[in-house]
Amino acid sequence: MGCSTGCWVWSLLNSSIGKKTVMAITGLALFGFVVAHLVGNLQVFIPDDGKSINAYGHLLKSKPALIWTARLTLLALLFAHVITAIRLSLENNAARPVGYQVKNWREASYASRTMMISGPLIFLYVVYHLLHFTVGVVHPKFDHEDVYRNVILGFQSTPAALVYIAAMLMLATHLRHGLWSLCQTLGINHPKYTPALKAGSTVVAAAIAVGYISIPVSVMIGILK
Amino acid sequence: MKLKLHIWRQKGPKAQGKMVTYEVPDASEHMSFLEMLDVLNERLIEKGEDPVAFDHDCREGICGMCGFVINGLPHGPKQATTTCQLHMRSFKDGDEITLEPWRAGSFPIVKDLAVDRGAFDRVIAAGGFVSVNTGAAQDGNAIPISKTIADLAMDAAACIGCGACVAACPNAAAMLFVAAKVSHLNLLPQGKPEKYARARNMVAQMDKEGFGNCTNARECEAACPKTIGVEFIARMNRDFLTGSLFDRPEGTGGGGA
Ligand code: HEM
Ligand code: FES
Repeated sequence: MGCSTGCWVWSLLNSSIGKKTVMAITGLALFGFVVAHLVGNLQVFIPDDGKSINAYGHLLKSKPALIWTARLTLLALLFAHVITAIRLSLENNAARPVGYQVKNWREASYASRTMMISGPLIFLYVVYHLLHFTVGVVHPKFDHEDVYRNVILGFQSTPAALVYIAAMLMLATHLRHGLWSLCQTLGINHPKYTPALKAGSTVVAAAIAVGYISIPVSVMIGILK
Repeated sequence: MKLKLHIWRQKGPKAQGKMVTYEVPDASEHMSFLEMLDVLNERLIEKGEDPVAFDHDCREGICGMCGFVINGLPHGPKQATTTCQLHMRSFKDGDEITLEPWRAGSFPIVKDLAVDRGAFDRVIAAGGFVSVNTGAAQDGNAIPISKTIADLAMDAAACIGCGACVAACPNAAAMLFVAAKVSHLNLLPQGKPEKYARARNMVAQMDKEGFGNCTNARECEAACPKTIGVEFIARMNRDFLTGSLFDRPEGTGGGGA
């Protein structure tokens, strides 16, 4: 029986639909993180001079087993998402060795055609973001104990704030196609709810971007200080 | 009307191809697109040149033989229309029109605009059938099928296998074709017993043929002359995933005596 299980898992993971399923499930899990992270971050707006968000930061750090499990899980998810994206793209390019001289698009959204641009840019942003707010090496005055100050000082640098704003627009583009696309990949498409899913993807993607962007913008215009 | 055509010319599967420009000074708007090419070809033959090769058969939109990419759109600018059903009234005097073959590694060029779609036949051979001895004709309505399901299966069965979905896809994926063929049998009682094996075998053959992977861009449904929708791709994904996860390998009984 050894091979019969080994073989079906292997052939599933290497099939076209299997790889797309890996994209969909890892994408959904990363989206879950993006939402949870936003909810955590929005605590900067609680007007208590950063007590809430700092307490939240300490809470996370006081549970090393928890935070490291979460970090390693996210890393594994991102790794699977990126590797599978690369495998799929290589295969897709190979499937059309000679391209068209004239190509017109009818339905493919801009977001859907640029997943392999928005994705890698998000990856670069994630690296920068970790060096900026987690490790602190590219931060002007990093303090491991004061999350709130790190955010305020970090975004008082206009170039840094602009990088964050641009990255969140990229993320919104990625999710605008990604959220609907993952439903379709997993077989969720039905006249009863597909229109709502498509509209919902755009609304949720935009809401995520607005939510995240509100933080650097508030620092830039001086609402948060 | 006066037209300038840029056509992909390629002598054979291995030959180097290139775009060649032709003028058709006197096309009529009542001609079909293929008739306009027939006129061009007759002139080429009279001049002793090689006519432009393109596939066609029924010329009424039912056989699936015809098709090339017209100004970047498979089967041209009109939706729900095969190349053979397209008329020159869809173009204007003075237009420049670019004609290219379906571009996919799995559809090698035979010559000019004609490609070899044998990959589709091999996908069908992997599961696009029902393995029963049909015998004498059944009584009508002996097997109850609801109207919605019959209609849905019919919509999938409208696929003529032209390959426009592959041509339109940014990834040269064949998912819409395979989904239509899987679904039209999987929806019906006669096809149900082999539902999961069919989905898995046809997808496996599709992958083996080297088609790309769907990114849900939905260009295929926009290009499909039979307006088959990507809902069938979701249905195939469900059947494939369910089959991969839950279909029982042969010889695994349920226990008991
Ligand atoms: C926080 C980070 C990210 C999130 C939340 C995210 C989310 C998603 C989601 C939900 C999907 C849809 C899955 C599907 O089509 O079934 C997706 C697809 C995709 N992602 Fe990401 N992603 C992230 C980072 C990345 C990165 C770093 C890359 C770079 C390589 C990338 C490349 C792709 C590609 C190529 C697709 C497939 C697009 C398609 O099938 O049309 N993503 N992503
Ligand atoms: S020639 Fe038969 S469909 Fe066009």
